[in-house]
Amino acid sequence: MNTMMLTLRRWRQSDLAWSLGRSPEAWLSALVLLAYIGMALLAPVLAPQNPFDLSTLDLMDARLPPAWSEGGQLKYLLGTDGQGRDMVSVMLYGLRMSLLVGIASTLLSLVVGVTLGLIAGYAGGRLDNVIMRAADVQLSFPAILVALLIDGLSRTVLPRAVHEQLSLLIVVIAIALANWVQYARTVRSVTMIEKDKDYVNAVRLIGMGRARILFRHVLPNILSPVLVIATLSIGLAVLTEATLSFLGLGVPATSPSLGTLIRLGNEVLFSGEWWITVLPGLLLIGLVLSVNLFGDWLRDALNPRLK
Amino acid sequence: MLRFLLGRLANGAIVMVLVSMLSFALFNFIGDPVSNLVGENATVNEREAMRQSLGLDQPLPLQYLKFVGRAVQGEFGVSYRNIEPVSRVIASRLPATLELSLIAALLALGVGIPMGVYAGLHPRSLLTRSLQVISLVGISVPSFVTGIMLILLFSIYLNWLPSFGRGETVMLGVWSTGFLTVTGWKSLLMPAVTLALFQLTLFMRLTRTQMMEVLRSEYIKFARARGLRERSINYRHALRNTLIPIITVAGLQLGSMIAFSIITETVFQWPGLGLLIIQAINFGDVPVIAAYLLLIALLFVLINMVVDLLYFAVDPRLRAQR
Repeated sequence: MNTMMLTLRRWRQSDLAWSLGRSPEAWLSALVLLAYIGMALLAPVLAPQNPFDLSTLDLMDARLPPAWSEGGQLKYLLGTDGQGRDMVSVMLYGLRMSLLVGIASTLLSLVVGVTLGLIAGYAGGRLDNVIMRAADVQLSFPAILVALLIDGLSRTVLPRAVHEQLSLLIVVIAIALANWVQYARTVRSVTMIEKDKDYVNAVRLIGMGRARILFRHVLPNILSPVLVIATLSIGLAVLTEATLSFLGLGVPATSPSLGTLIRLGNEVLFSGEWWITVLPGLLLIGLVLSVNLFGDWLRDALNPRLK
Repeated sequence: MLRFLLGRLANGAIVMVLVSMLSFALFNFIGDPVSNLVGENATVNEREAMRQSLGLDQPLPLQYLKFVGRAVQGEFGVSYRNIEPVSRVIASRLPATLELSLIAALLALGVGIPMGVYAGLHPRSLLTRSLQVISLVGISVPSFVTGIMLILLFSIYLNWLPSFGRGETVMLGVWSTGFLTVTGWKSLLMPAVTLALFQLTLFMRLTRTQMMEVLRSEYIKFARARGLRERSINYRHALRNTLIPIITVAGLQLGSMIAFSIITETVFQWPGLGLLIIQAINFGDVPVIAAYLLLIALLFVLINMVVDLLYFAVDPRLRAQR
């Protein structure tokens, strides 16, 4: 408890907190993000209906408009979708899925990118050459295309049954592999500066192993640019996942994300049921917008040149 | 300079070799090409004869070389889905994607750069601030949501524009164009705007930061000191140097437009390459996927090379340094 109070006090006196207080976009987007995360975590508690429990669904209730328009019911505040599922509930679960894939793939690409960047920057020479050549090559293709092709090819290569079981993992890997380059490039350039500093020389002199030097000593000193990239790329990862799912790739239909919901809604758009696609769309825009706003602020706040 | 270009050329060659191997592997190991060609009740001997006539009994490296040889001539076999040679399927879809990307690129450059120049010259004006808010929203809204919203507004509520397809097309030799009919242009409008929007905001932001950076530089101060007119400073001296990095990004973005057109084409059911690849993936149409992979890799390699060359042509400093 005491240490918690201490860290809280340290945080309140930090530059970062000061800068956060001065930027209304930043703390507003932070609040929205916290709300989003809360909704995603508490989806099973908050959702009025379990949209995956087929016994609670009634096809008679399908395609009901939101409660405020004609024909809407108070029971379904934002209406229902084509299968009679409560929109509030499917959107909560969809948000949970979108955030899960976004965060998981960002973490994976962070681990891959940072590790490769550290190795390339510290070892130099041939290893550095190979890693950076691969990064160059990949950078000449747009990330979304890389993710789409990895996901699409895995569908062609794996038998359908196997793919269905692994599809969630495959989406995460596809998005992660599409986005590791940015971390690797940044980490490599910072590591090249750090590795000749005295503290690194000191630990090298006392005979510490390479892995320990890199992860215990160099890594903590290069974390702030990594943090900025990670924040902004969560937005990108969420967008990529939504796009893949919209195209019919991406997450399995049994566990829909916001992108899947938008695709399903798009299929019935012409019969006038706008809420089935527009509402998840707005939720998605709000999520990406607040991640981007928060990330922009973090980038400026952690940039020593702007202080 | 030569070293740099050779390095780039090597990069391109590596990409093409890797992608062609991937494409070859897909072609050869996914699904049995023999069962796809002979009937279900073919005898073992017939199958063996087929294997030999297809060259499948030869060593792999030889088969790979033959695959590359055929690919260079544009032969990729027959599409499972369309029962038509892959080359013909792709040739019939290519014009749609290229016309869409061209108009979207012109839109993005033609609107984005002037907006960026204005924002760079008047950083504190109200219009600039609202442009920046719009651009932030622009990069946060996924393009398929933009497309759906446009359809909802202009096709469903207002009933002004068609929501899918290319409208009427006219065949000019082998090229089917939508540029010559009214319905063609009406159909093109929403997909082009949807595709251009993201790039437009990107060009605007880039032009703005570049412009502001150039305006702070020494030679602009000297130009002011020489008493040149403001217009001449802004447009002849500053803008020209601003455009250098924009050329690079524009070139690279042209490639990504063709990639992003996959999304736009799906939303508007635009019969181009993007829709083709999505349909091929969902159908498991291996020959089309393999051909698309090679085509798109070649396209990106070429675009990257042209951009590198352009960079050398525009910026004399690069030629001196290397």
